[in-house]
Amino acid sequence: MNRASLFIPLGIFCLIMFVGFIGFGLEDRHQLPSALLGKPFPNFSAPLLGDLDTTVTKRDLVGRPTLVNVWATWCPTCKAEHAQLMDIAASTDVQLVGVNYKDNVPGARRWLSDYGDPYDFVIVDASGDLGVELGVYGAPETFLLDAAGNIVYKRVGDVNPRIWRDELAPRLARMGVFRTPEVEAQESGKEDPHGYPS
Amino acid sequence: MNWLGAVLGVMLALSTQVVLAASQVDVYQFDSEQQQQRYKRLIEEFRCPKCLNTNIAGSDAPIAQDLRRTVHKLVVTDGYEDQQVRDFLQQRYGDFVLYNPPLTGRTLVIWAMPVLLALIGLLVILQLLLRARAKRSVALSAEEQSRLREILGKD
Repeated sequence: MNRASLFIPLGIFCLIMFVGFIGFGLEDRHQLPSALLGKPFPNFSAPLLGDLDTTVTKRDLVGRPTLVNVWATWCPTCKAEHAQLMDIAASTDVQLVGVNYKDNVPGARRWLSDYGDPYDFVIVDASGDLGVELGVYGAPETFLLDAAGNIVYKRVGDVNPRIWRDELAPRLARMGVFRTPEVEAQESGKEDPHGYPS
Repeated sequence: MNWLGAVLGVMLALSTQVVLAASQVDVYQFDSEQQQQRYKRLIEEFRCPKCLNTNIAGSDAPIAQDLRRTVHKLVVTDGYEDQQVRDFLQQRYGDFVLYNPPLTGRTLVIWAMPVLLALIGLLVILQLLLRARAKRSVALSAEEQSRLREILGKD
């Protein structure tokens, strides 16, 4: 056995380490990279939770930056993020749209009246077909759309204060919709420099 | 040759995937036997996004049911070709749903690994053969012959 072959076990060890590093280095294997980032929000037609006879389409989402939050009453994490959504609705003028995903209408209405309704309106997706169009595989998921209706960010899991601070708020601020109380006070009296319809 | 066994063991462990088949309760109508076969083949082909290491045919997760219904709709109602169905799901759920990932920069290592390992194995076998041949052709000089006889105590 020559001396070089003594290093073969080391080589195999390094190979195994390399495969392990790749395998376990994948951020979180339950976090799929979204295939829809940068793409337009899909066309859809679905009823409103508040009034099932009214249908909404993609046209109701475009025109201003929008957060689309996929939620359901069967989803405990949705309960966990609810307070954060209420806070976002109260402190910003971003359009917040809910997608009630594979849920029942009376239960969802009760949820909103019990815990508060942060949404501008809620779309009913009882079958999960809109979810498939959106690449949703669980709830909650949250999409950030720009004014043109393109998906610029997607969060799988709860919108917690950290996600809000690090991911959503800066992006919204770049789109010019975020109003902190300070900014609001500063700008009161001045004309809205961004020109988004309120 | 112990380590050769170790290499084989590692390769075996990496290639083994446990796929559990669960019972299905979906009832779908098809226009033809051939269409049904296509549907069955397609749902075997996609990975369930929620439950890792199960295809959408073998999963009871709600999302797998939705995707089976979607595949059925695409095949039967919309008349999609197999590749169009694959594209449809890939556009929405990414490469993750494909058990047969396309060759890109990110997936290169997956595709190159078997070839790489086979090459390493080939090199090892080649080296062993060469060494065996080199050993066979060793001849003793006359001096060594006599010394050998001396040691063995013959004559």
